[in-house]
Amino acid sequence: MVGKVMTKEKRKYLIEGEKGKWEVVIGLEVHAQVSSNSKLFSGSSTKFGAEPNTQVSLVDSAFPGMLPVINEFCIQQAIKTGLGLNAKINSYSVFDRKNYFYADLPQGYQISQYKNPIVGEGKITLDLPNGTKTIGIERLHLEQDAGKSIHDLDPSNTYVDLNRSGVALMEIVSKPDLSSPDEVNAYIKKLRSIMRYLGTCDGNMQEGSLRADVNVSVRKEGNKELGTRCEIKNVNSIKFMQMAIIYEAQRQVELLESGKSIDQETRLFDTKKNETRSMRSKEDAHDYRYFPDPDLLPLNLDKELIENIKKNLPELPDQKKERFIKDYSLTAYEANVLVSEKEISYYFEEVVKTSDIKLAKNWIMGDLFASLNEKNISISQSPVTAKKMAQLVDSISSGIVSGRTAKEVFEIMKESGEEPSKIIESKGLQQKSDPKELEQIIEKILTENKDKVEQYKSGKDKLFGFFVGQVMKISGGKANPQLANQILKDKLKK
Amino acid sequence: MSIDKDKIKHVSKLARISVDEKKIDDLTKDLSSIFKFIEQLNELNTDKVEPLSSILNEPLRSRKDEINDGKIRDKILENSPKKNEEFFVVPKVIE
Repeated sequence: MVGKVMTKEKRKYLIEGEKGKWEVVIGLEVHAQVSSNSKLFSGSSTKFGAEPNTQVSLVDSAFPGMLPVINEFCIQQAIKTGLGLNAKINSYSVFDRKNYFYADLPQGYQISQYKNPIVGEGKITLDLPNGTKTIGIERLHLEQDAGKSIHDLDPSNTYVDLNRSGVALMEIVSKPDLSSPDEVNAYIKKLRSIMRYLGTCDGNMQEGSLRADVNVSVRKEGNKELGTRCEIKNVNSIKFMQMAIIYEAQRQVELLESGKSIDQETRLFDTKKNETRSMRSKEDAHDYRYFPDPDLLPLNLDKELIENIKKNLPELPDQKKERFIKDYSLTAYEANVLVSEKEISYYFEEVVKTSDIKLAKNWIMGDLFASLNEKNISISQSPVTAKKMAQLVDSISSGIVSGRTAKEVFEIMKESGEEPSKIIESKGLQQKSDPKELEQIIEKILTENKDKVEQYKSGKDKLFGFFVGQVMKISGGKANPQLANQILKDKLKK
Repeated sequence: MSIDKDKIKHVSKLARISVDEKKIDDLTKDLSSIFKFIEQLNELNTDKVEPLSSILNEPLRSRKDEINDGKIRDKILENSPKKNEEFFVVPKVIE
């Protein structure tokens, strides 16, 4: 791994090998947990964090003779997500059994969809630093999640918790259109944002609601043919996906350049060692012997149902972005940031309903975001609510406080969540906007600094800043700056 | 499809059914003749026939998204060969 540097040439992510430059080709299979109360085929709860094995029915634990009955809401959620991905909804789809043995899969098979998924081809538009890129979606299908194996509670045994067993997942398969770790980052974030807008998946990666299998292959720059790919299983954070891709692509380049070939195999990303390695136990695993599940009839969707869901879709990030640019005269960059999360867009619109747009966007994207980052909280957890932010912005635009004082007020707000008006009042931070009062202060300064006034009048323009500074000093920073400037200019002219 | 010894071993491994080494030859013969019989179906031209997933011409039954099951841990764990108060306990499986 020495002397090989990633380059960003002509906007392209390339790996420099010893024998030339290599492109990386990435496709993602994202497993997104459907937001629903109960599981895909049973009435057990899907709530995260419950006591082990308390959210398990006889269906989820595959007792003999139990039959799956599908959750109609999960079907609607899948359709909704498909529509959000501009995808074709298939009016006919089939549930299949995917057969494999594992301790946390009590049925011995996963109910999934193989040949006939509920959602077909779609697309996602990514906003990248150098423009937009469209990533194709191959398909979206519904399937069951498996249980959880816990390996670290006992030195010689594995413990199995089936709470997750049977929870509905949407597997969203992209085309191999991604070509760098940065694009993977943008893709996951966009997909998550769309699903959060739709309310179909909470996208919480810490709780495992969003995980991905990452398919990686490499090819010589400009080559059109795809190389042999490896699949890195079950990566649960964007950072780990990026690390796994960087490692895996490098590994493949080294193999190919030394004249070896790539085995198409399933690999595991070891987050501690930052490397991928072969999962030998999965050697036979690709022999899944899919067949239609005899317990479930094919799923036929009414056109009416699909139309109805389509009619009731919320405004999605791309549409909202266009509207923000048009209605609020935002730049594309600003609009992207403000629509990136549903909650941020709501916050922004709540503030600008009553308050100045320019001030609002600067405050939200500046001080507010900085405070959220600093505290590592989301905008909905912020003590500075949209209403309070609007008040703060209003107090600037109406001249009650200066922008600089407002920052002082905000520092208090972000800790206590107090209303800005109360902070301004109790700390006496109101701006001095009374011309008479300011004139008095200025008169005093001018008489006390006659020498400087003379110098100014004889052409030393820079001294103007000194006078402004004095006004601020004496007024405790509370003088209305525009007004102070105006009065100073008038007085110094005479 | 030809059935040979390796195929028998592979399928029995996938299905987790142990097969007595001595019986493999007989099994190979039996399964081969069964497959041969079934493969007569291949003589039919099915080019324009969609694969059939179910013979019932009925809609898929569904349920509302309601929590009405679970909270029966003792019952769930009851038949497990090995367990503790909270979990199924199985031999160590780790990658």
